[in-house]
Amino acid sequence: MPSIKDKERIIMSEELARLLADLKEAEAIGYVEKALEQGTDPLDLLEGAKQGMNIVGQRFADADYFIPDLIFSGEILKGIIAILEPRLKNGKGEEAERLGKVIIGTVAGDIHDIGKDLVVFMLDVNGYDVTDLGIDVPAERFINAIKETGSTVVGLSGFLTLAFDSMKETVEAIREAGLRDDVKIMIGGGQINEQVRNFTGADAYGKDSVEAVKLAQRWIGG
Amino acid sequence: MEKKWEEMSADEKQEAQFQKLLVPQDPEGNDLQFQSQEAEVNYKASINRIKDAVQLKKTPDRVPVTILPSMFPYINAGMTVEEAMYDYDKCTEAFNKLILELKPDMNIGASAPGPGKFYEILDYKLYSWPGHGVKPEHCYQCNEREYMTAEEYDLLITDPSFYFRNFYLPRVFGALEGFTMLPPLTGILEMYGVAFSFIPYALPPVQGTFKALFEAGAEALKWAMAMGGSDLQLKSLGFPNILGGFTKAPFDTIGDTLRGTKGIMVDMYRQPDKLLKAMEGLVPIMIGMGIGASQQTGNPQIFMPLHKGADGFLSDEQFKKFYWPTFKQVMLGLIEGGCIPFPALEGSWGSRLEIIQDIPKGKTMWMVDQTDMGKAKETLGENACLIGNVPSSTLKLGTPDEVKDYCRKLIDTVGKGGGFIMGNGAFFDEAKLENVKAMFDVTREYGTYE
Repeated sequence: MPSIKDKERIIMSEELARLLADLKEAEAIGYVEKALEQGTDPLDLLEGAKQGMNIVGQRFADADYFIPDLIFSGEILKGIIAILEPRLKNGKGEEAERLGKVIIGTVAGDIHDIGKDLVVFMLDVNGYDVTDLGIDVPAERFINAIKETGSTVVGLSGFLTLAFDSMKETVEAIREAGLRDDVKIMIGGGQINEQVRNFTGADAYGKDSVEAVKLAQRWIGG
Repeated sequence: MEKKWEEMSADEKQEAQFQKLLVPQDPEGNDLQFQSQEAEVNYKASINRIKDAVQLKKTPDRVPVTILPSMFPYINAGMTVEEAMYDYDKCTEAFNKLILELKPDMNIGASAPGPGKFYEILDYKLYSWPGHGVKPEHCYQCNEREYMTAEEYDLLITDPSFYFRNFYLPRVFGALEGFTMLPPLTGILEMYGVAFSFIPYALPPVQGTFKALFEAGAEALKWAMAMGGSDLQLKSLGFPNILGGFTKAPFDTIGDTLRGTKGIMVDMYRQPDKLLKAMEGLVPIMIGMGIGASQQTGNPQIFMPLHKGADGFLSDEQFKKFYWPTFKQVMLGLIEGGCIPFPALEGSWGSRLEIIQDIPKGKTMWMVDQTDMGKAKETLGENACLIGNVPSSTLKLGTPDEVKDYCRKLIDTVGKGGGFIMGNGAFFDEAKLENVKAMFDVTREYGTYE
């Protein structure tokens, strides 16, 4: 039986999760401020915010939410974290157990980041530990990141036709480094399809961030 | 007696534009001398083909075919994008060679690379280009940032030109820093006090900016002369460039380069009324941009690259509220002005087809990227000409036979009854020439109407 105190904590975090998931910015921020004044543990509020982001991710996957909703939820979260952070003793508190590690980056020569950022966001809210290498990432940096993090999934993003070659070269370089059997590689971006996947030697392609999550789930579990 | 332009209906204006295209002129205003009778016949046949495809009144003699490339003509010629941007003669030579080889019914000119030196003179920060952030062999790419801050909507709404000159332009062009010191032109009213408005022009940063402008203008002109020469030569050989200029949907104007994707999407929540008001304010400006360019070039097609209205970017409700109304108004204004809006549905737009179908019939042409062409034909295609949608991946990685199969299917479905122009779906840099040629060959062989 949870204690009355525990029940209160659950209700508090559920309420914040609801406000964040419904994208009520002013209410969510107001709720956090008031709860802190009343002595609520900031860790409970952080947990609520995380739950809220999970709901947002789910609504996006269900096509109830679209990119503006996703981006705005991230902005609300930023506002909540800014209030909570100074009050959390150990930085962001205890990191919840993550399902697995994924590396994401836009391949060499390409500096487009909107699609990549959405994939990072969705993997993160779905519980994966994501290493975002940014844009214009040379193959060596993917290889170093695989070695350093032990990630088992690598996502290559690219918008331009030049990215087809960069993706192929990156997959090739991972193979030459002897790491190809340790990772599953997914690709995605504007003109990417099965034909491009076949050309690059990647394991799969996804047409959007929701498919990226499905691939990670298939390969890692979760 | 001929009707005056202002008295014409939109139908009559469009017809007059096509008649003007059929009798092209040289820069001195005389009838253009074609290099052969065959060139003249081909030129006119192409214009008529495009006209029939756009107007949807009758089928053309065959499906028109075009290529809408990004850096392909230059990479195909074995040069780097950097060379194409800095050597205008080499750039136009490569473009003309490709056009003569493919013989498209319309082309968009060699202006895609743009003048590299010009961007250097103005210290352009909005894009990275070869030698300035990207490799010599790669295309320029946009550096998306919040060049307009969330607090600046009132400034933009009150006086867009002042906002652009004093705030936006100095942020995207390093050499235009001096603009920040200039007072509004609308303060220049009467003798008393008029001189005050001119004092800033004596200041060294402002003078530095004007010197850079003179230099940039000279470079732009040099480049434009090369482009114009290339156009004229292709025209005289029978290959029309009928692109008149470009403009944008107001949501993209603000979302692409002013507030950025993230900025505009947050604004939809935090300050929707200001965003809507700013977009309404941009409608006449975007219309004027298209009509002005069309008058300058004498060509009616006004290209509109569409970005943030694609599937997935916005919900249908958001699209109907924020994207569609002002986009539609811009198209209607262009049509009233005798232009042919030429929007490009970049990405996939399947969920928007029924909404965007609500436009005057036979007045627009749409470049289609990954939208299902069958569905596009049944909806948007009822009222508009469709161009596309041969995939970049097939052009780069496929075989000529695969390209031909794809094109035959397009001709069978989308080409049915006219209103279709064969072409690539997205602007592309790299492809196999044999694949591009296959797109042209199969359209000429298979795309004839009875």
